[in-house]
Amino acid sequence: MTVFIQYLVNGLSMGSVYAIIALGYTMVYGIAKMLNFAHGDVIMVGAYVSFCATSYLGLPGWLSVVLSVVVCTVLGVLVEGLAYRPLRAAGPLAVLITAIGVSYFLQNAAQLLWGATPKNFTSLVRFPVPPFLAQFNVSAVSLVTILACILIMVVLMWFTSKSKMGKAMRACSEDKAAAQLMGINVNRTISMTFAIGSALAAIAGVLLCSYSPVLQPTTGAMPGIKAFTAAVFGGIGSIPGAFVGGVLLGIIEAMAQAYISTSLANSIVFAVLIVVLLVKPAGLLGKYVPEKV
Amino acid sequence: MSKFEFEKGKMVPYPSRAIVPDRDVNETPALECIHLGIEFGGLKAVDDFNLTIGKTEIAGLIGPNGAGKTTVFNLLTKVYQPTNGTILLNGQDTSGKTVSQVNRMGIARTFQNIRLFSSMTVEDNVKVGLHNQEKYTGLEGVLRLPSYWKHEKQAHERAMELLSIFDMEKHANDQAGSLPYGAQRRLEIVRALATNPSLLLLDEPAAGMNPSETAELMENIVKIRDTFGIAIMLIEHDMSLVMNICEGICVLSFGKVIAKGTAEEIQNNETVIEAYLGKKKEA
Repeated sequence: MTVFIQYLVNGLSMGSVYAIIALGYTMVYGIAKMLNFAHGDVIMVGAYVSFCATSYLGLPGWLSVVLSVVVCTVLGVLVEGLAYRPLRAAGPLAVLITAIGVSYFLQNAAQLLWGATPKNFTSLVRFPVPPFLAQFNVSAVSLVTILACILIMVVLMWFTSKSKMGKAMRACSEDKAAAQLMGINVNRTISMTFAIGSALAAIAGVLLCSYSPVLQPTTGAMPGIKAFTAAVFGGIGSIPGAFVGGVLLGIIEAMAQAYISTSLANSIVFAVLIVVLLVKPAGLLGKYVPEKV
Repeated sequence: MSKFEFEKGKMVPYPSRAIVPDRDVNETPALECIHLGIEFGGLKAVDDFNLTIGKTEIAGLIGPNGAGKTTVFNLLTKVYQPTNGTILLNGQDTSGKTVSQVNRMGIARTFQNIRLFSSMTVEDNVKVGLHNQEKYTGLEGVLRLPSYWKHEKQAHERAMELLSIFDMEKHANDQAGSLPYGAQRRLEIVRALATNPSLLLLDEPAAGMNPSETAELMENIVKIRDTFGIAIMLIEHDMSLVMNICEGICVLSFGKVIAKGTAEEIQNNETVIEAYLGKKKEA
Protein backbone atom coordinates (compact mmCIF):
# COMPACT_ATOMS: atom_id res chain seq x y z
CA MET A 1 0.00 0.00 0.00
CA THR A 2 2.80 2.38 0.95
CA VAL A 3 4.42 1.69 -2.37
CA PHE A 4 1.18 2.29 -4.23
CA ILE A 5 0.66 5.63 -2.52
CA GLN A 6 4.21 6.57 -3.34
CA TYR A 7 3.60 5.83 -7.02
CA LEU A 8 0.36 7.73 -6.88
CA VAL A 9 2.04 10.81 -5.41
CA ASN A 10 4.79 10.57 -8.02
CA GLY A 11 2.16 10.38 -10.70
CA LEU A 12 0.23 13.26 -9.20
CA SER A 13 3.23 15.56 -9.01
CA MET A 14 4.47 14.72 -12.51
CA GLY A 15 0.88 15.08 -13.66
CA SER A 16 0.71 18.49 -12.01
CA VAL A 17 3.73 19.62 -13.99
CA TYR A 18 2.06 18.36 -17.17
CA ALA A 19 -1.11 20.15 -16.15
CA ILE A 20 0.68 23.49 -15.66
CA ILE A 21 2.31 23.16 -19.08
CA ALA A 22 -0.95 21.97 -20.63
CA LEU A 23 -2.70 25.09 -19.31
CA GLY A 24 -0.35 27.15 -21.47
CA TYR A 25 -1.08 25.02 -24.55
CA THR A 26 -4.79 25.06 -24.00
CA MET A 27 -5.08 28.80 -23.36
CA VAL A 28 -3.10 29.68 -26.45
CA TYR A 29 -5.06 27.18 -28.51
CA GLY A 30 -8.37 28.42 -27.12
CA ILE A 31 -7.67 32.02 -27.97
CA ALA A 32 -5.26 32.09 -30.90
CA LYS A 33 -6.46 28.75 -32.37
CA MET A 34 -2.87 27.68 -32.88
CA LEU A 35 -0.65 24.96 -31.46
CA ASN A 36 2.39 26.60 -29.96
CA PHE A 37 4.89 23.78 -30.25
CA ALA A 38 7.60 26.05 -28.88
CA HIS A 39 5.82 26.04 -25.54
CA GLY A 40 7.87 23.09 -24.28
CA ASP A 41 11.08 24.94 -25.00
CA VAL A 42 9.97 27.96 -23.02
CA ILE A 43 9.96 25.58 -20.04
CA MET A 44 13.57 24.74 -20.74
CA VAL A 45 14.51 28.43 -20.98
CA GLY A 46 12.72 29.03 -17.67
CA ALA A 47 14.69 26.26 -16.00
CA TYR A 48 18.00 27.56 -17.42
CA VAL A 49 17.31 31.10 -16.23
CA SER A 50 16.57 29.85 -12.75
CA PHE A 51 19.65 27.62 -12.86
CA CYS A 52 21.93 30.48 -13.89
CA ALA A 53 20.44 32.81 -11.32
CA THR A 54 21.11 30.42 -8.46
CA SER A 55 24.40 28.83 -9.61
CA TYR A 56 26.20 31.74 -11.28
CA LEU A 57 24.68 34.79 -9.63
CA GLY A 58 24.07 33.17 -6.28
CA LEU A 59 20.53 34.56 -6.02
CA PRO A 60 18.09 32.97 -3.60
CA GLY A 61 15.71 30.37 -5.01
CA TRP A 62 12.51 32.42 -4.85
CA LEU A 63 14.20 35.33 -6.64
CA SER A 64 15.41 33.01 -9.38
CA VAL A 65 11.84 31.84 -9.93
CA VAL A 66 10.62 35.43 -10.20
CA LEU A 67 13.42 36.21 -12.65
CA SER A 68 12.63 33.14 -14.71
CA VAL A 69 8.92 34.05 -14.83
CA VAL A 70 9.81 37.55 -16.02
CA VAL A 71 12.23 36.32 -18.69
CA CYS A 72 9.79 33.70 -19.99
CA THR A 73 6.89 36.16 -20.08
CA VAL A 74 8.95 38.55 -22.16
CA LEU A 75 10.14 35.67 -24.34
CA GLY A 76 6.58 34.44 -24.89
CA VAL A 77 5.34 37.89 -25.88
CA LEU A 78 8.35 38.41 -28.17
CA VAL A 79 7.91 35.05 -29.89
CA GLU A 80 4.23 35.80 -30.44
CA GLY A 81 4.91 39.31 -31.72
CA LEU A 82 7.80 38.42 -34.00
CA ALA A 83 6.97 34.94 -35.24
CA TYR A 84 3.22 34.38 -35.00
CA ARG A 85 1.59 37.81 -35.32
CA PRO A 86 2.80 38.45 -38.88
CA LEU A 87 1.15 35.13 -39.80
CA ARG A 88 -2.22 35.94 -38.27
CA ALA A 89 -3.84 36.05 -41.69
CA ALA A 90 -1.98 32.99 -43.00
CA GLY A 91 -3.29 29.44 -42.82
CA PRO A 92 -2.96 27.30 -39.69
CA LEU A 93 -0.30 25.15 -41.34
CA ALA A 94 2.08 28.08 -41.79
CA VAL A 95 1.76 28.98 -38.11
CA LEU A 96 2.24 25.37 -37.06
CA ILE A 97 5.46 25.08 -39.04
CA THR A 98 6.67 28.41 -37.66
CA ALA A 99 6.02 27.08 -34.16
CA ILE A 100 8.15 24.03 -34.88
CA GLY A 101 10.83 26.37 -36.21
CA VAL A 102 10.70 28.50 -33.08
CA SER A 103 11.00 25.34 -31.01
CA TYR A 104 14.23 24.32 -32.79
CA PHE A 105 15.49 27.88 -32.66
CA LEU A 106 15.09 28.01 -28.88
CA GLN A 107 16.73 24.61 -28.43
CA ASN A 108 19.72 25.55 -30.54
CA ALA A 109 20.00 28.99 -28.99
CA ALA A 110 20.10 27.33 -25.58
CA GLN A 111 22.78 24.95 -26.79
CA LEU A 112 24.84 27.87 -28.07
CA LEU A 113 24.38 29.80 -24.84
CA TRP A 114 24.68 27.10 -22.25
CA GLY A 115 26.32 24.22 -24.10
CA ALA A 116 25.02 20.73 -24.78
CA THR A 117 26.36 19.17 -21.59
CA PRO A 118 23.55 18.48 -19.14
CA LYS A 119 23.57 20.72 -16.08
CA ASN A 120 22.79 19.40 -12.67
CA PHE A 121 19.85 21.44 -11.43
CA THR A 122 19.76 21.69 -7.65
CA SER A 123 16.23 21.50 -6.41
CA LEU A 124 14.93 24.83 -5.22
CA VAL A 125 12.42 23.23 -2.90
CA ARG A 126 14.06 22.04 0.29
CA PHE A 127 12.09 21.78 3.47
CA PRO A 128 11.24 18.92 5.80
CA VAL A 129 8.02 17.13 4.88
CA PRO A 130 5.47 16.55 7.67
CA PRO A 131 5.98 13.06 9.13
CA PHE A 132 2.58 11.67 8.12
CA LEU A 133 3.55 12.32 4.51
CA ALA A 134 7.21 11.45 4.93
CA GLN A 135 6.29 7.85 5.72
CA PHE A 136 5.06 7.52 2.14
CA ASN A 137 8.30 9.00 0.82
CA VAL A 138 6.52 12.13 -0.38
CA SER A 139 9.14 14.68 -1.34
CA ALA A 140 8.85 18.38 -0.70
CA VAL A 141 8.96 19.02 -4.45
CA SER A 142 5.95 16.78 -5.06
CA LEU A 143 4.02 18.60 -2.40
CA VAL A 144 4.86 22.04 -3.73
CA THR A 145 4.17 20.98 -7.31
CA ILE A 146 0.70 19.64 -6.53
CA LEU A 147 -0.23 22.68 -4.45
CA ALA A 148 1.15 25.09 -7.05
CA CYS A 149 -0.85 23.36 -9.76
CA ILE A 150 -4.11 23.57 -7.83
CA LEU A 151 -3.49 27.21 -6.95
CA ILE A 152 -2.67 28.16 -10.56
CA MET A 153 -5.73 26.34 -11.80
CA VAL A 154 -8.06 28.12 -9.36
CA VAL A 155 -6.59 31.55 -10.12
CA LEU A 156 -6.85 30.94 -13.87
CA MET A 157 -10.44 29.78 -13.62
CA TRP A 158 -11.30 32.89 -11.68
CA PHE A 159 -9.32 35.10 -14.03
CA THR A 160 -11.02 33.85 -17.19
CA SER A 161 -14.53 33.83 -15.79
CA LYS A 162 -14.58 37.00 -13.74
CA SER A 163 -11.96 39.51 -14.80
CA LYS A 164 -12.33 41.99 -17.61
CA MET A 165 -9.31 40.62 -19.49
CA GLY A 166 -10.59 37.08 -19.01
CA LYS A 167 -13.90 38.04 -20.55
CA ALA A 168 -12.07 39.62 -23.46
CA MET A 169 -10.11 36.38 -23.86
CA ARG A 170 -13.24 34.25 -23.93
CA ALA A 171 -14.82 36.65 -26.39
CA CYS A 172 -11.77 36.41 -28.67
CA SER A 173 -11.78 32.65 -28.41
CA GLU A 174 -15.39 32.51 -29.58
CA ASP A 175 -15.39 35.10 -32.32
CA LYS A 176 -12.37 37.30 -32.96
CA ALA A 177 -14.07 39.51 -35.51
CA ALA A 178 -17.07 40.21 -33.31
CA ALA A 179 -14.81 40.86 -30.30
CA GLN A 180 -12.83 43.37 -32.33
CA LEU A 181 -16.00 45.14 -33.34
CA MET A 182 -16.88 45.41 -29.67
CA GLY A 183 -13.69 47.40 -29.19
CA ILE A 184 -11.43 44.62 -27.96
CA ASN A 185 -7.83 44.78 -29.06
CA VAL A 186 -7.39 41.20 -30.27
CA ASN A 187 -3.62 41.45 -30.69
CA ARG A 188 -3.16 42.65 -27.15
CA THR A 189 -5.44 39.91 -25.85
CA ILE A 190 -3.43 37.26 -27.67
CA SER A 191 -0.16 38.75 -26.33
CA MET A 192 -1.62 38.61 -22.86
CA THR A 193 -2.48 34.94 -23.34
CA PHE A 194 1.06 34.17 -24.43
CA ALA A 195 2.40 36.11 -21.45
CA ILE A 196 0.31 34.05 -19.02
CA GLY A 197 1.12 30.76 -20.74
CA SER A 198 4.85 31.50 -20.75
CA ALA A 199 4.86 32.62 -17.12
CA LEU A 200 3.26 29.28 -16.26
CA ALA A 201 5.86 27.51 -18.39
CA ALA A 202 8.64 29.13 -16.33
CA ILE A 203 7.10 27.83 -13.11
CA ALA A 204 6.65 24.41 -14.71
CA GLY A 205 10.31 24.44 -15.78
CA VAL A 206 11.58 25.12 -12.30
CA LEU A 207 9.30 22.47 -10.80
CA LEU A 208 10.17 19.93 -13.48
CA CYS A 209 13.90 20.35 -12.98
CA SER A 210 13.56 20.34 -9.21
CA TYR A 211 11.89 16.99 -9.68
CA SER A 212 14.25 15.46 -12.21
CA PRO A 213 17.48 17.48 -12.06
CA VAL A 214 18.98 16.91 -15.52
CA LEU A 215 18.87 20.16 -17.47
CA GLN A 216 19.81 20.24 -21.15
CA PRO A 217 18.53 22.08 -24.23
CA THR A 218 16.07 19.28 -25.05
CA THR A 219 14.69 19.06 -21.50
CA GLY A 220 11.45 20.78 -22.45
CA ALA A 221 10.71 18.80 -25.59
CA MET A 222 9.30 15.56 -24.17
CA PRO A 223 7.32 17.11 -21.29
CA GLY A 224 6.04 19.62 -23.86
CA ILE A 225 4.71 16.83 -26.09
CA LYS A 226 3.26 15.00 -23.09
CA ALA A 227 1.55 18.16 -21.86
CA PHE A 228 0.16 18.76 -25.32
CA THR A 229 -1.17 15.21 -25.21
CA ALA A 230 -2.65 15.97 -21.80
CA ALA A 231 -4.35 19.09 -23.17
CA VAL A 232 -5.89 17.09 -26.02
CA PHE A 233 -6.76 14.29 -23.62
CA GLY A 234 -8.70 16.67 -21.37
CA GLY A 235 -10.24 18.58 -24.27
CA ILE A 236 -8.09 21.27 -25.82
CA GLY A 237 -9.27 24.80 -25.17
CA SER A 238 -10.72 23.88 -21.79
CA ILE A 239 -8.86 24.97 -18.65
CA PRO A 240 -10.26 22.32 -16.28
CA GLY A 241 -9.69 19.86 -19.14
CA ALA A 242 -5.97 20.63 -19.16
CA PHE A 243 -5.84 20.08 -15.42
CA VAL A 244 -7.71 16.78 -15.50
CA GLY A 245 -5.81 15.60 -18.57
CA GLY A 246 -2.43 16.47 -17.06
CA VAL A 247 -3.06 14.80 -13.73
CA LEU A 248 -4.56 11.66 -15.30
CA LEU A 249 -1.70 11.42 -17.76
CA GLY A 250 0.83 11.69 -14.94
CA ILE A 251 -0.90 8.99 -12.92
CA ILE A 252 -1.27 6.64 -15.89
CA GLU A 253 2.39 7.12 -16.71
CA ALA A 254 3.52 6.48 -13.13
CA MET A 255 1.36 3.38 -12.80
CA ALA A 256 2.50 2.03 -16.15
CA GLN A 257 6.11 2.57 -15.15
CA ALA A 258 5.56 0.88 -11.80
CA TYR A 259 3.40 -2.07 -12.67
CA ILE A 260 3.86 -2.78 -16.36
CA SER A 261 7.14 -1.67 -17.83
CA THR A 262 9.33 1.40 -17.62
CA SER A 263 10.25 1.21 -21.26
CA LEU A 264 6.66 0.76 -22.40
CA ALA A 265 5.28 3.56 -20.20
CA ASN A 266 5.26 6.17 -22.97
CA SER A 267 3.60 3.82 -25.44
CA ILE A 268 0.91 3.03 -22.89
CA VAL A 269 0.26 6.71 -22.23
CA PHE A 270 -0.23 7.41 -25.92
CA ALA A 271 -2.30 4.25 -26.41
CA VAL A 272 -4.67 5.48 -23.71
CA LEU A 273 -4.87 8.83 -25.47
CA ILE A 274 -5.81 7.15 -28.74
CA VAL A 275 -8.52 5.09 -27.07
CA VAL A 276 -9.97 8.15 -25.31
CA LEU A 277 -10.02 10.14 -28.53
CA LEU A 278 -11.74 7.28 -30.35
CA VAL A 279 -14.51 7.30 -27.77
CA LYS A 280 -14.61 11.05 -27.06
CA PRO A 281 -13.16 12.87 -30.06
CA ALA A 282 -13.24 16.25 -28.30
CA GLY A 283 -11.37 14.96 -25.23
CA LEU A 284 -12.66 14.30 -21.75
CA LEU A 285 -14.08 17.74 -20.99
CA GLY A 286 -14.11 19.18 -24.50
CA LYS A 287 -17.39 19.97 -26.11
CA TYR A 288 -18.12 18.38 -29.45
CA VAL A 289 -19.95 20.99 -31.46
CA PRO A 290 -21.57 19.61 -34.58
CA GLU A 291 -21.47 22.04 -37.46
CA LYS A 292 -24.83 23.47 -38.33
CA VAL A 293 -25.85 22.95 -41.91
CA MET B 1 -35.52 70.07 -43.48
CA SER B 2 -32.80 72.47 -44.34
CA LYS B 3 -29.42 72.31 -45.89
CA PHE B 4 -26.69 71.25 -43.51
CA GLU B 5 -23.96 73.81 -42.95
CA PHE B 6 -20.51 72.28 -43.17
CA GLU B 7 -17.70 73.52 -41.00
CA LYS B 8 -14.96 75.40 -42.72
CA GLY B 9 -12.28 73.27 -44.27
CA LYS B 10 -14.45 70.19 -44.57
CA MET B 11 -15.27 68.90 -47.99
CA VAL B 12 -18.85 69.09 -49.07
CA PRO B 13 -19.80 65.62 -50.24
CA TYR B 14 -20.61 65.34 -53.90
CA PRO B 15 -23.22 64.67 -55.17
CA SER B 16 -24.37 66.10 -51.91
CA ARG B 17 -27.89 65.91 -50.63
CA ALA B 18 -26.52 66.51 -47.17
CA ILE B 19 -29.86 66.84 -45.57
CA VAL B 20 -30.15 66.08 -41.89
CA PRO B 21 -33.11 66.45 -39.57
CA ASP B 22 -33.67 70.06 -38.43
CA ARG B 23 -32.73 69.32 -34.84
CA ASP B 24 -29.27 68.15 -35.92
CA VAL B 25 -28.42 71.07 -38.17
CA ASN B 26 -26.13 72.79 -35.71
CA GLU B 27 -24.38 69.65 -34.52
CA THR B 28 -21.41 67.85 -36.03
CA PRO B 29 -22.88 64.99 -38.03
CA ALA B 30 -22.42 61.51 -36.57
CA LEU B 31 -21.07 60.25 -39.86
CA GLU B 32 -19.85 61.69 -43.09
CA CYS B 33 -18.71 59.48 -45.92
CA ILE B 34 -16.89 61.31 -48.67
CA HIS B 35 -16.22 59.57 -51.98
CA LEU B 36 -15.97 56.29 -50.08
CA GLY B 37 -15.13 53.28 -52.20
CA ILE B 38 -13.53 49.86 -52.21
CA GLU B 39 -12.34 47.63 -55.01
CA PHE B 40 -11.88 43.90 -54.82
CA GLY B 41 -9.54 43.12 -57.69
CA GLY B 42 -11.15 45.12 -60.47
CA LEU B 43 -14.64 44.99 -59.00
CA LYS B 44 -15.89 48.20 -57.45
CA ALA B 45 -18.00 46.77 -54.64
CA VAL B 46 -18.79 50.25 -53.36
CA ASP B 47 -18.11 53.26 -55.51
CA ASP B 48 -18.24 56.96 -54.65
CA PHE B 49 -20.45 56.53 -51.62
CA ASN B 50 -21.36 59.88 -50.05
CA LEU B 51 -23.58 60.11 -47.03
CA THR B 52 -24.13 62.40 -44.08
CA ILE B 53 -25.98 61.26 -41.00
CA GLY B 54 -27.09 63.82 -38.42
CA LYS B 55 -26.23 63.48 -34.76
CA THR B 56 -29.55 61.88 -33.78
CA GLU B 57 -30.80 60.72 -37.14
CA ILE B 58 -32.18 57.30 -37.95
CA ALA B 59 -30.94 56.51 -41.42
CA GLY B 60 -31.74 53.58 -43.64
CA LEU B 61 -29.54 51.85 -46.19
CA ILE B 62 -31.51 49.75 -48.63
CA GLY B 63 -30.91 48.10 -51.93
CA PRO B 64 -31.32 44.82 -53.78
CA ASN B 65 -29.30 41.78 -52.70
CA GLY B 66 -25.60 42.12 -53.41
CA ALA B 67 -25.80 45.90 -53.72
CA GLY B 68 -22.94 46.39 -51.23
CA LYS B 69 -24.88 47.37 -48.12
CA THR B 70 -22.99 45.13 -45.71
CA THR B 71 -19.76 46.13 -47.46
CA VAL B 72 -20.54 49.73 -46.50
CA PHE B 73 -20.88 48.62 -42.86
CA ASN B 74 -17.62 46.72 -43.12
CA LEU B 75 -15.94 49.84 -44.49
CA LEU B 76 -17.34 52.02 -41.73
CA THR B 77 -16.15 49.60 -39.06
CA LYS B 78 -12.77 49.13 -40.79
CA VAL B 79 -13.22 45.41 -41.32
CA TYR B 80 -12.27 46.41 -44.87
CA GLN B 81 -9.88 49.26 -45.47
CA PRO B 82 -11.41 51.60 -48.04
CA THR B 83 -9.44 52.05 -51.23
CA ASN B 84 -10.88 55.53 -51.76
CA GLY B 85 -12.41 58.30 -49.79
CA THR B 86 -12.76 59.49 -46.24
CA ILE B 87 -14.94 58.55 -43.30
CA LEU B 88 -15.51 61.19 -40.66
CA LEU B 89 -16.98 59.99 -37.40
CA ASN B 90 -18.21 62.91 -35.32
CA GLY B 91 -15.97 65.06 -37.49
CA GLN B 92 -12.89 62.93 -36.88
CA ASP B 93 -11.07 61.14 -39.66
CA THR B 94 -10.99 57.37 -39.11
CA SER B 95 -8.34 56.56 -41.72
CA GLY B 96 -5.55 54.35 -40.41
CA LYS B 97 -7.58 53.21 -37.43
CA THR B 98 -8.07 49.54 -36.58
CA VAL B 99 -11.40 47.83 -35.99
CA SER B 100 -11.16 48.10 -32.22
CA GLN B 101 -9.93 51.71 -32.32
CA VAL B 102 -12.79 52.81 -34.54
CA ASN B 103 -15.17 51.12 -32.12
CA ARG B 104 -13.71 53.20 -29.32
CA MET B 105 -14.20 56.29 -31.47
CA GLY B 106 -17.91 55.61 -31.29
CA ILE B 107 -19.14 53.15 -33.86
CA ALA B 108 -20.81 49.85 -32.95
CA ARG B 109 -22.67 47.31 -35.00
CA THR B 110 -24.74 44.18 -35.06
CA PHE B 111 -24.47 41.42 -37.61
CA GLN B 112 -26.61 40.02 -40.36
CA ASN B 113 -25.91 36.54 -39.01
CA ILE B 114 -26.00 36.70 -35.24
CA ARG B 115 -22.51 36.66 -33.80
CA LEU B 116 -22.91 36.55 -30.07
CA PHE B 117 -20.39 34.92 -27.76
CA SER B 118 -22.82 32.07 -27.47
CA SER B 119 -21.23 30.03 -24.69
CA MET B 120 -20.96 33.07 -22.42
CA THR B 121 -23.82 34.33 -20.30
CA VAL B 122 -26.05 37.17 -21.46
CA GLU B 123 -24.56 39.48 -18.85
CA ASP B 124 -20.99 38.60 -19.83
CA ASN B 125 -21.79 39.34 -23.46
CA VAL B 126 -22.84 42.83 -22.45
CA LYS B 127 -19.78 43.18 -20.24
CA VAL B 128 -17.52 42.39 -23.19
CA GLY B 129 -19.10 45.42 -24.78
CA LEU B 130 -18.35 47.39 -21.63
CA HIS B 131 -14.69 46.26 -21.81
CA ASN B 132 -13.23 49.65 -22.68
CA GLN B 133 -15.25 51.46 -20.06
CA GLU B 134 -14.14 49.27 -17.17
CA LYS B 135 -11.21 51.19 -15.90
CA TYR B 136 -9.49 48.94 -13.40
CA THR B 137 -6.10 47.52 -14.37
CA GLY B 138 -5.29 43.83 -14.59
CA LEU B 139 -3.25 43.99 -11.40
CA GLU B 140 -6.10 45.53 -9.44
CA GLY B 141 -8.30 42.75 -10.75
CA VAL B 142 -5.91 39.99 -9.74
CA LEU B 143 -5.40 41.45 -6.28
CA ARG B 144 -9.11 42.22 -6.05
CA LEU B 145 -8.54 45.68 -4.68
CA PRO B 146 -11.59 47.71 -3.66
CA SER B 147 -11.50 49.55 -6.98
CA TYR B 148 -12.02 46.20 -8.73
CA TRP B 149 -15.17 45.51 -6.74
CA LYS B 150 -16.42 49.04 -7.29
CA HIS B 151 -15.93 48.83 -11.04
CA GLU B 152 -17.36 45.32 -11.28
CA LYS B 153 -20.44 46.51 -9.42
CA GLN B 154 -20.78 49.46 -11.75
CA ALA B 155 -20.35 47.18 -14.77
CA HIS B 156 -23.02 44.84 -13.43
CA GLU B 157 -25.43 47.71 -12.86
CA ARG B 158 -24.74 49.19 -16.26
CA ALA B 159 -25.22 45.79 -17.92
CA MET B 160 -28.56 45.34 -16.16
CA GLU B 161 -29.63 48.84 -17.11
CA LEU B 162 -28.85 48.17 -20.75
CA LEU B 163 -30.58 44.79 -20.68
CA SER B 164 -33.67 46.46 -19.24
CA ILE B 165 -34.18 48.32 -22.53
CA PHE B 166 -35.46 45.06 -23.93
CA ASP B 167 -36.72 43.64 -20.61
CA MET B 168 -33.97 41.06 -20.64
CA GLU B 169 -32.69 41.35 -17.05
CA LYS B 170 -34.26 38.03 -16.13
CA HIS B 171 -32.14 36.29 -18.75
CA ALA B 172 -28.88 37.80 -17.45
CA ASN B 173 -27.47 34.47 -16.30
CA ASP B 174 -28.68 32.40 -19.23
CA GLN B 175 -26.27 31.24 -21.88
CA ALA B 176 -26.49 33.60 -24.84
CA GLY B 177 -26.66 30.71 -27.30
CA SER B 178 -29.70 29.24 -25.56
CA LEU B 179 -31.86 32.33 -26.06
CA PRO B 180 -34.60 32.31 -28.68
CA TYR B 181 -33.71 33.89 -31.98
CA GLY B 182 -35.45 37.21 -31.45
CA ALA B 183 -33.87 37.63 -28.03
CA GLN B 184 -30.43 36.92 -29.49
CA ARG B 185 -30.97 39.72 -32.00
CA ARG B 186 -31.98 42.05 -29.19
CA LEU B 187 -28.97 41.02 -27.12
CA GLU B 188 -26.71 41.90 -30.03
CA ILE B 189 -28.14 45.40 -30.01
CA VAL B 190 -27.61 45.66 -26.24
CA ARG B 191 -24.04 44.44 -26.57
CA ALA B 192 -23.35 47.00 -29.29
CA LEU B 193 -24.90 49.76 -27.14
CA ALA B 194 -22.65 48.74 -24.25
CA THR B 195 -19.62 50.00 -26.18
CA ASN B 196 -21.08 53.49 -25.80
CA PRO B 197 -21.37 54.33 -29.49
CA SER B 198 -22.38 57.61 -31.08
CA LEU B 199 -23.40 55.74 -34.22
CA LEU B 200 -25.10 52.37 -34.06
CA LEU B 201 -25.12 50.22 -37.20
CA LEU B 202 -27.84 47.58 -37.38
CA ASP B 203 -27.46 44.96 -40.09
CA GLU B 204 -30.94 43.62 -40.85
CA PRO B 205 -32.27 43.90 -37.30
CA ALA B 206 -35.71 42.61 -38.25
CA ALA B 207 -34.52 39.61 -40.26
CA GLY B 208 -36.50 36.54 -39.26
CA MET B 209 -38.90 38.46 -37.04
CA ASN B 210 -42.66 38.27 -37.30
CA PRO B 211 -44.71 41.46 -37.87
CA SER B 212 -45.50 42.00 -34.20
CA GLU B 213 -41.85 41.53 -33.21
CA THR B 214 -40.86 43.94 -35.98
CA ALA B 215 -43.32 46.52 -34.71
CA GLU B 216 -41.86 46.20 -31.23
CA LEU B 217 -38.35 46.47 -32.62
CA MET B 218 -39.31 49.68 -34.44
CA GLU B 219 -40.49 51.24 -31.20
CA ASN B 220 -37.32 50.13 -29.49
CA ILE B 221 -35.04 51.57 -32.15
CA VAL B 222 -36.73 54.95 -31.78
CA LYS B 223 -36.58 54.59 -28.00
CA ILE B 224 -32.85 53.84 -28.11
CA ARG B 225 -32.26 56.88 -30.28
CA ASP B 226 -34.26 59.08 -27.89
CA THR B 227 -32.67 57.77 -24.68
CA PHE B 228 -29.08 57.68 -25.87
CA GLY B 229 -29.25 60.59 -28.29
CA ILE B 230 -27.26 58.67 -30.88
CA ALA B 231 -27.48 58.19 -34.61
CA ILE B 232 -28.65 54.86 -35.96
CA MET B 233 -28.05 53.51 -39.42
CA LEU B 234 -29.79 50.35 -40.45
CA ILE B 235 -29.78 47.95 -43.33
CA GLU B 236 -33.18 46.39 -43.72
CA HIS B 237 -35.28 44.58 -46.26
CA ASP B 238 -38.49 45.09 -44.31
CA MET B 239 -39.82 48.20 -46.04
CA SER B 240 -42.50 48.88 -43.43
CA LEU B 241 -39.74 49.31 -40.85
CA VAL B 242 -37.52 51.42 -43.09
CA MET B 243 -40.32 53.68 -44.34
CA ASN B 244 -41.75 54.17 -40.88
CA ILE B 245 -38.73 55.10 -38.82
CA CYS B 246 -35.95 56.19 -41.13
CA GLU B 247 -35.65 59.93 -41.56
CA GLY B 248 -33.19 59.65 -44.40
CA ILE B 249 -32.90 56.73 -46.76
CA CYS B 250 -30.05 55.88 -49.07
CA VAL B 251 -30.53 53.36 -51.87
CA LEU B 252 -27.60 51.35 -53.16
CA SER B 253 -27.51 49.31 -56.32
CA PHE B 254 -24.42 47.59 -57.71
CA GLY B 255 -22.24 49.53 -55.29
CA LYS B 256 -23.53 52.94 -56.32
CA VAL B 257 -25.92 55.29 -54.57
CA ILE B 258 -28.90 55.61 -56.86
CA ALA B 259 -31.13 57.72 -54.63
CA LYS B 260 -31.19 59.54 -51.34
CA GLY B 261 -34.04 61.22 -49.55
CA THR B 262 -37.04 60.84 -47.32
CA ALA B 263 -39.38 57.87 -47.39
CA GLU B 264 -41.84 59.52 -49.80
CA GLU B 265 -39.09 60.67 -52.11
CA ILE B 266 -37.66 57.17 -52.26
CA GLN B 267 -41.01 55.50 -52.77
CA ASN B 268 -41.71 57.69 -55.78
CA ASN B 269 -38.25 57.55 -57.27
CA GLU B 270 -38.22 56.01 -60.74
CA THR B 271 -34.65 54.75 -60.52
CA VAL B 272 -35.35 52.98 -57.24
CA ILE B 273 -38.47 51.29 -58.58
CA GLU B 274 -36.47 50.22 -61.57
CA ALA B 275 -33.65 48.78 -59.45
CA TYR B 276 -36.07 46.73 -57.42
CA LEU B 277 -38.64 45.76 -60.00
CA GLY B 278 -36.88 46.14 -63.31
CA LYS B 279 -37.57 48.53 -66.17
CA LYS B 280 -41.11 49.50 -66.99
CA LYS B 281 -42.21 48.17 -70.33
CA GLU B 282 -42.58 50.92 -72.84
CA ALA B 283 -46.22 51.22 -73.66
